[in-house]
Amino acid sequence: MGLFIAQILTGLANAGALFMVASGLSLIFGVTRVVNFAHGSFYMLGAYVGYSLMQVLPGMVGFWGAILLAGIIVGLIGVIVEICVLRPVYSAPELFQLVATFGVILVIQDLVLMIWGPQDLLGPRAPGLKGVIRIMGEPVPQYDIALIVITPFVAFALWYLITKTRVGTLVRAATQDREMVSALGVNQAWLFTGVFFLGCALAGLGGALQLPKGGADLLMDFTILGSVFVVVVIGGMGSLPGAYLAAVIISVLNVFGVTYAPQSTLVLMFVVMVVVLMFRPFGLLGKEEVAGEHGQVGEPERPIKPAGNRIRLLVAAGLVILGLLPLYSGNFAVVLVTDILIFCLFAASLHFMLGQGGLVSFGHAAFFGGGAYAAALFVTYADTPMELALVLAPICAGLAAIIIGWVCLRSTGVYFAMLTLAFGQLLWSLAFQWGDVTGGDDGLVNIWPSDWASDNSVYYYIAFFLCTGGILLLRQAAHAPFGYAMRAARDSARQAEAMGINTKRVQLVAFTFAGIMAGLAGGLFVFSKGSIFPNELETARSFDALIVVFLGGVKTLSGGWVGAAFFEGIKDYLTRFEYWRLALGLSIIIVVILGPEGIVGSLRKAGERFGLLKVPEDAK
Amino acid sequence: MLEVKGVNSFYGKAHVLNDMNFDVSAGTVVALLGRNGAGKTTTMKSIMQMVRPRSGSVIYKGQDITNWPSHKVARNGLGYVPEERRIFTQLTVLENLEVGRQPPRDGCTTWTDQMVFDLFPNLAERRNNRGKALSGGEQQMLTIARTLMGNPSFILLDEPSEGIAPVIVEQMARVILQLKSEGLTVLLSEQNLHFAQAVADGVVIIEHGTQKFVGTLAELQAQPDIRDQYLSV
Repeated sequence: MGLFIAQILTGLANAGALFMVASGLSLIFGVTRVVNFAHGSFYMLGAYVGYSLMQVLPGMVGFWGAILLAGIIVGLIGVIVEICVLRPVYSAPELFQLVATFGVILVIQDLVLMIWGPQDLLGPRAPGLKGVIRIMGEPVPQYDIALIVITPFVAFALWYLITKTRVGTLVRAATQDREMVSALGVNQAWLFTGVFFLGCALAGLGGALQLPKGGADLLMDFTILGSVFVVVVIGGMGSLPGAYLAAVIISVLNVFGVTYAPQSTLVLMFVVMVVVLMFRPFGLLGKEEVAGEHGQVGEPERPIKPAGNRIRLLVAAGLVILGLLPLYSGNFAVVLVTDILIFCLFAASLHFMLGQGGLVSFGHAAFFGGGAYAAALFVTYADTPMELALVLAPICAGLAAIIIGWVCLRSTGVYFAMLTLAFGQLLWSLAFQWGDVTGGDDGLVNIWPSDWASDNSVYYYIAFFLCTGGILLLRQAAHAPFGYAMRAARDSARQAEAMGINTKRVQLVAFTFAGIMAGLAGGLFVFSKGSIFPNELETARSFDALIVVFLGGVKTLSGGWVGAAFFEGIKDYLTRFEYWRLALGLSIIIVVILGPEGIVGSLRKAGERFGLLKVPEDAK
Repeated sequence: MLEVKGVNSFYGKAHVLNDMNFDVSAGTVVALLGRNGAGKTTTMKSIMQMVRPRSGSVIYKGQDITNWPSHKVARNGLGYVPEERRIFTQLTVLENLEVGRQPPRDGCTTWTDQMVFDLFPNLAERRNNRGKALSGGEQQMLTIARTLMGNPSFILLDEPSEGIAPVIVEQMARVILQLKSEGLTVLLSEQNLHFAQAVADGVVIIEHGTQKFVGTLAELQAQPDIRDQYLSV
């Protein structure tokens, strides 16, 4: 009984930081409609800034002062980010905002590395609260008790601010109708900035508060992000009481999970989230989200049409050069281009459902890694030959996509994205924690192609034909009536429904098709590498694909594979620099703000300007 | 007081307002008349700078307010009451009024909660109800009340009589005349002449984004052909 209560108390203490980060994220989303991916980074900044402040400020006052100050400093950093990065993209589609905040993550990661170095920092313990108290014989740290007491006060202060003050009233009004608030004489730009300050300050506060329990390290931004999203989604986007409730549920669940089911702690959290969303698609205390009023950036999207003769000629020439590659270049180039081709197919499959279907998935790696793991498992446990495994990989990925898609597509927009992220994490946790079958962190090794295909050049041709074939097939689908239905569902689901299109089914088929293609890419990947590890299922892998799709050009038909080819091509070179994340992050932000049409869109524009491409009649 | 000079507005490539030119003098009520889709709302939004005119200018009290941010336009004494009402449905009546509240302005009435409740007694009973619980007519009253809380010297009323019960339409007309008598200037838009006849001094008729007639109500009534051509009576 004592242990039970002690564990509940630990859970409640852990919920503190989680609640603060989650409520900050929720608040920012409520008003600005931006899902701030960089929120974990502000939490990390809070921890580092707090750590440095605690080194200089002495004693009990210094400790708590450092925490408060860390919150304020992080809030101010948030203001800089809001003004420089987000203001220019508020009217842009959701994806652009997400990618912009993702750029911020990369920048902050490298800045923290630059300033504080790579080693983990051990947080100082709170002066005066270093001991434990015994509850029914079980030791409970005094600092935990302090956190349990502090958190409801913060929650209450926030609740009071939002529901009882003029600023809170304006914030709630802006959540519903920004333009109207502005027409009534409220400067919404500063209201947004203020909310961003508060949200980031809360994240910083959370980061500094957990220092005595967890210290500071460079991975904490991503570590907390998963849990924060789960909390916000379970609690309901924009609901403060919901965030508190969900933070407590998840933290307590984690503490018990560690004791009673250490093999499934990671999976548990996501299972709870999926179950909650199955019954309450908008979270425990959330309300239905009306899609944000997003306009577009740049020129209106052009209707897609088959490529002109010049482009076709160019592509044909490119294919010939690629097809003859093993004849004129060395082994290194052949292996590198094999990797590039595989990544191109993966990115093209995401681009297909994202660009044509408007389905922004954060968990597409689930199907890439899923296909790879399926093939690897068949080879390891059933001695399946490569040929059959390459057929089974896309089939398994497709089956997974049907199930995952069926669940995720019940929600839309942000909730859809979060759900796909959760499923991605779920599969990753399975591969990572179910060591007996998947080899856990050690992965599955010795997955080699059949004898006839073991030569790098031969395998290159297999990858070449399957990947270009897959990309062409995706492209064909975009031009087919099915592609029209997808775009109709994307642009106006209601109108499409009224015209007799079963939008959910169209989206499910698109989701599945994209999953199959990603699975094929995964199957090819595992035989080219000979092994598979859980990191191919990670969220970071999904983000890789999202970023290349975005930089390639979301609004174009070939942005996916072009972006993938470009970045996989320069990755080797780029990652040799010490601060490549900083450079990549900054270039992402610059592209979002200045060149939202991406590589393909910019090339097209340049081609039209110099008379190399015909400008379509309707775009003049 | 308000001068609209050669205003052209676009939605993307669509040319919605074509060279609008009219004045509203202080203390008058001017009705902007035209059929559905004629460009009445766009004219109002162009004055508020919620739609940015591509050319032309809007002068208010001698000051060029073109391209100002909307909140600055509002703080300068222009109050906008949108057609779709757009009250904050999750907020109570009192909170809706709070959002509209602005500091007192020289030469304008400084409105209080009590004063708007005197003007709209129905709202007083519902002060703690959420916006979504109000009837259509009550919502319309709340939008006007909310805008009055900003102590405007000029209000833009977009189709105040649309979709509400006749008895409340009459109340609206009385309110508009009362506001006028307190010194407010009003630009309102309407689809038909009936409501405008009861309150307006001047009339601007627009069709397809082009103005077809500018003059006083009496002048319009002397030209029944114009009335019949552009308005559904």
